[in-house]
Amino acid sequence: MRFTKDHEWVVVEGDVATIGITAYAAEQLGDVVFVEVPEAGKSVKAGDNLAVVESVKAASDVYAPISGEVVEGNAALGDAPETVNDQPEGLGWFAKIKVANPAEVEALMDRAAYEDFLGTL
Amino acid sequence: MSDENLKTTPLNAAHIAAGARMVPFAGYSMPVQYKDGVLKEHLWTRENAGLFDVSHMGQARLRGVSPLSAFEEVTPGDFIGLKPGKQRYSVLLNKKGGIIDDLMAARPDDDGLFVVVNGACKDNDFKVIDDELAGQVRIERLEDRALLALQGPKAAEVLAQHAPDAAGMVFMDARAITAFGTDAIVSRSGYTGEDGYEISIPASEAERVWNTLLADERVKPIGLGARDSLRLEAGLPLYGHDVDETVSPVEADLAFSVSKKRRDARDFPGASRIAKELAEGVTRKRVGFVVLEGAPAREGAEIADEEGNVIGVVTSGGFSPSLGKPIGMGFVPPAYAELGSKLKVIVRGKAQTAEVTAMPFVPHRYVRKL
Repeated sequence: MRFTKDHEWVVVEGDVATIGITAYAAEQLGDVVFVEVPEAGKSVKAGDNLAVVESVKAASDVYAPISGEVVEGNAALGDAPETVNDQPEGLGWFAKIKVANPAEVEALMDRAAYEDFLGTL
Repeated sequence: MSDENLKTTPLNAAHIAAGARMVPFAGYSMPVQYKDGVLKEHLWTRENAGLFDVSHMGQARLRGVSPLSAFEEVTPGDFIGLKPGKQRYSVLLNKKGGIIDDLMAARPDDDGLFVVVNGACKDNDFKVIDDELAGQVRIERLEDRALLALQGPKAAEVLAQHAPDAAGMVFMDARAITAFGTDAIVSRSGYTGEDGYEISIPASEAERVWNTLLADERVKPIGLGARDSLRLEAGLPLYGHDVDETVSPVEADLAFSVSKKRRDARDFPGASRIAKELAEGVTRKRVGFVVLEGAPAREGAEIADEEGNVIGVVTSGGFSPSLGKPIGMGFVPPAYAELGSKLKVIVRGKAQTAEVTAMPFVPHRYVRKL
């Protein structure tokens, strides 16, 4: 699992990356009440808006950590947005992206580096 | 404003000890939520009793030869007719009939008027009152007092244990009594739509009273996040968001604050505009809506008709924890203000269908008689 400073995570299997937000981010957001995930076929560049996650209070953007074409958005979050709180680094994933440039994944933080980063916040 | 410049309430240490997430609000560092989070805090208040620190709000006494009639010069309410022991919701009006702030004014005793205004507006409010009523009333700001709100269906049974003198109070009663062993000004009111009380106490007693209430298992501390979602469900406007200096009480759907007597007398600021609006109607009106499908439409989102023409704007919006769906308030022309009217709310470029809905979204549970 790789991480961004915006608290997204990426897991690559084959040439598909699954993307979600970290447990830290989910805790900071509070109770998630609505999630908007991208549709298959959408092309994103690293740093683009990928999804939106909303708590009772506010809406927050989820950014694409890497570039590629969306192959699937997590439709299950439509009926069960609370999954983002319950299993942020598992069933609460947002989207799967076909990896355009594997070097972008390599450039992300590993868990130890991400935890060091959290320690600075 | 940097964090160093933020004021704190007398309960600051208690909030931090309770695990609050503190945010800047109205110039104060305030708890937006505690450990349970907004959703659970909201539902707890609807089912039990929630305790809120609202000490950032402005409390004052207005004293003078005839403070009640003087107060009518800046508000459209019938304050001459306000009986001892009663409280009234009102609005401070500018010369154009726009709302400078909304407020509560009460006669808890014979010591003039006790007024509570919004924290973000308080300095300006008291300056306006002082300017307009100079020579008639003297304002004493009660900055040495804290203000707590105890809200929810179990609030009355909790308070009864600490304030026997509050027995017999109904909605919008206000009394200066001994409660929690100290001098208190208690009103049976609040801003959540639930039964409950607002309790003014000396700042030096605030932490003791706060901890006394939290020792009761029916009571939990509730942050500003849930205070906002509770008042939204209750259909109550939030000053600075749903209402500002350009909005009249008629446009804001607060015409009830313009008393019959004053309507006839037309003797309040902006009376000509307000009388005209009452007689001929308005060009925009505050309405409530439910988003039928899609994301919450939040403050600033455009409201469009079914053809996509922009007709208004969302002034408050979010997710209703009690109803499990997005709700909001906004301004639309009267032709679209009928209950059941279909609107489009534009969220991130998407037009989502919404329907004009009666407010409150969640029924008020005020105790009007015992």
